[in-house]
Amino acid sequence: MHSLVFIKQVPDAAQVRVDYHTGTLIREGVPAIINPYDTHAIEAAVQMKDKFGGIVSVLSMGPPMAEEALRKALSMGADKAYLLCDKVFAGSDTWATSYALWAGAQKVIQENGPVDIFWAGKQAIDGDTAQTGPGLATRLDIPLVTCAIKIIEANPEKGYIIVQRLIEGGSETLQVSMPCMITAEKELNDLRFSPLPDLIKAVKSSVQLLNSTNTTIDPAQCGLKNSPTKVKRVFIPSKRERGEILEPSGKEIADVLFEKIEPVLKQMGRV
Amino acid sequence: MRKNDFDVIIVGAGPAGLAAGYVLAKEGISVAIIERGIFPGSKNVMGGIFYRSSLDDLIPDFYKEAPIERHIVEQKIWLLSEDSMFSTGIKSEKYNVEPYNCFSIFRAKFDKWFAKKVADASAMIINETVVKDLILDGDRVIGVKTDRPNGDLYCDVVIAADGVNSFLTKSLGLRKKITTNNVALALKEIIELPDKVINDRFGVSGSSEGVTIEITGPYFDKMRAIGFVYTNRNSLSLGLGVVTEDMVKLKINPNDLLEKFKSHPAIKPLINGGETKEYMAHLIPEGGYYSMPKLYSNGFMVVGDAAMLVNSIHREGANLAIESGKFAARTYIEAKKIGDFSQKTLSSYQKKLEDSFVLRDLKTYKNLPKLLEEKQYLISKYPKFIIDAMYEMYNVDKVSKSEKIKLIMNKAKKELGYFNILKDVFSVWRDFR
Repeated sequence: MHSLVFIKQVPDAAQVRVDYHTGTLIREGVPAIINPYDTHAIEAAVQMKDKFGGIVSVLSMGPPMAEEALRKALSMGADKAYLLCDKVFAGSDTWATSYALWAGAQKVIQENGPVDIFWAGKQAIDGDTAQTGPGLATRLDIPLVTCAIKIIEANPEKGYIIVQRLIEGGSETLQVSMPCMITAEKELNDLRFSPLPDLIKAVKSSVQLLNSTNTTIDPAQCGLKNSPTKVKRVFIPSKRERGEILEPSGKEIADVLFEKIEPVLKQMGRV
Repeated sequence: MRKNDFDVIIVGAGPAGLAAGYVLAKEGISVAIIERGIFPGSKNVMGGIFYRSSLDDLIPDFYKEAPIERHIVEQKIWLLSEDSMFSTGIKSEKYNVEPYNCFSIFRAKFDKWFAKKVADASAMIINETVVKDLILDGDRVIGVKTDRPNGDLYCDVVIAADGVNSFLTKSLGLRKKITTNNVALALKEIIELPDKVINDRFGVSGSSEGVTIEITGPYFDKMRAIGFVYTNRNSLSLGLGVVTEDMVKLKINPNDLLEKFKSHPAIKPLINGGETKEYMAHLIPEGGYYSMPKLYSNGFMVVGDAAMLVNSIHREGANLAIESGKFAARTYIEAKKIGDFSQKTLSSYQKKLEDSFVLRDLKTYKNLPKLLEEKQYLISKYPKFIIDAMYEMYNVDKVSKSEKIKLIMNKAKKELGYFNILKDVFSVWRDFR
């Protein structure tokens, strides 16, 4: 079983502040972490390895400091780590990012063999788009299960996996054939407390750097300039006003409420 | 015999542990540094002033690449009362030329940088791992137990750089229980301000030049306390350290104390308009020479805060930690040559410290903690007298100067007592001669 996990290094959202003049995030001094959803994708992949053998590769795109996130992934039990790091990727939107990651994945496949399951977090906590995982599945032309909360059965021999996923108001269970792409919710598993030998191994391992010269990536499809998403405006949403709290009780409250709601309903044409 | 995982295991990636690791790794010794934080520096706190010379021996001209805030060109001492402030200090262009004397730094950034250097020298730094216990063979330390699965590691020597509460030193019975008289609680806020505002308020000509203010006096009443304000590039480090015993005895809430301190008329204009970005607290081992544990055992050495190596009156700690780390590392290298890690061999670590400025300085001030415990008024009553006298001399109210001097002398007689002054002078002289 070969799993490939796509991960992203993000600023720790709990410590990010907003610059109220420019509307942008102040990233300086904020610790960088692996996107929390991605950590569950790594854990799921490592559990597959524990059960069926094989290896876990991790791939990320980002600045040189993203190597820290990949080392962390290695300490969580991953075996091979790759970082797409090149100025041509700077400013990529989810479309361009999934292109670059797809091209990087080809390199990983070349080195470590075909992949059975591609994994990612359901979304990154900085951009919150939840588009890169599905974008990758589309480019790879494989089945996609987003928001996975439980692996019910995996059968690499027969080449299928049954996954429970979260949907609005409940869950659904899907069986898909491998290779496939699965994006993880936090409920998918509990993160392990890595054994010390894994931490030592992670420090000793190397992270392989991929760029536009050692992969087949076409720079004309990457970066800010080649991203179809254009940011029109960044703004801070106005604060929602606090709701009114009514004190009266009994029949009185029904009257008070009716008085409040009636004009609104009239305006909506419901009365 | 069990095979060693590393030659040396260092517990704690602060300045002491990192310095030891750096020296060892450069000598080709296999060394692991085990750090409980998510990265070295993430849990480390100090007031914020770092002296150059000790680290410069290891990494020449380190300050040219390390993340420093400002080099310090002026050091002030303030005596503070409720409504007044008496200021003295030294500003010198000699402080303004390379290599600088000291810097303001952020430990979270600085230690991370230092750790990278140590890792590049091929020491292994293992983060997010807590050392729970020592592994003993008889009375010889042969390794550590961590909180990780399969977490035991074996080695020739363990260097305890595990900070003020050093659990490891205690577990070996090398130190007595720390008393509340031996530790100060230090609180600190990082208050953000534009660098140009800081330059103007502190009277420096550029954003790389910095100022320190050390504050004591009757404002702190019956407490053995020191306040401080240090300039960073875009912020101020403001805080105070109080001997824990005094906080307990006087039932002081440290947060209230810090808030009140910030509103003092001499402090408030310095921080006006600033926004508090960080708040931190830490214990500082201020017990001095007499509070030190035994510094070595079989297969074991103690460095840095764990060894109580802090010179509080000169706000030196990180540099002493680095010195002790260097000495411990060199002691290991000598011991490895003869293949003996018994306490007899490792005792030369203590000898090295005794011969250096580290323990010479701590010996000079060895009686200070006791002196202040008994005569706290030395840092409140006398400063109060100076403040009042100074106020009187500059207050023109048609009273003649000779009359004023008489008034001041009478005040000295009444509030301090001539005989008591003589006694105090004698006891200070006796303790520091």
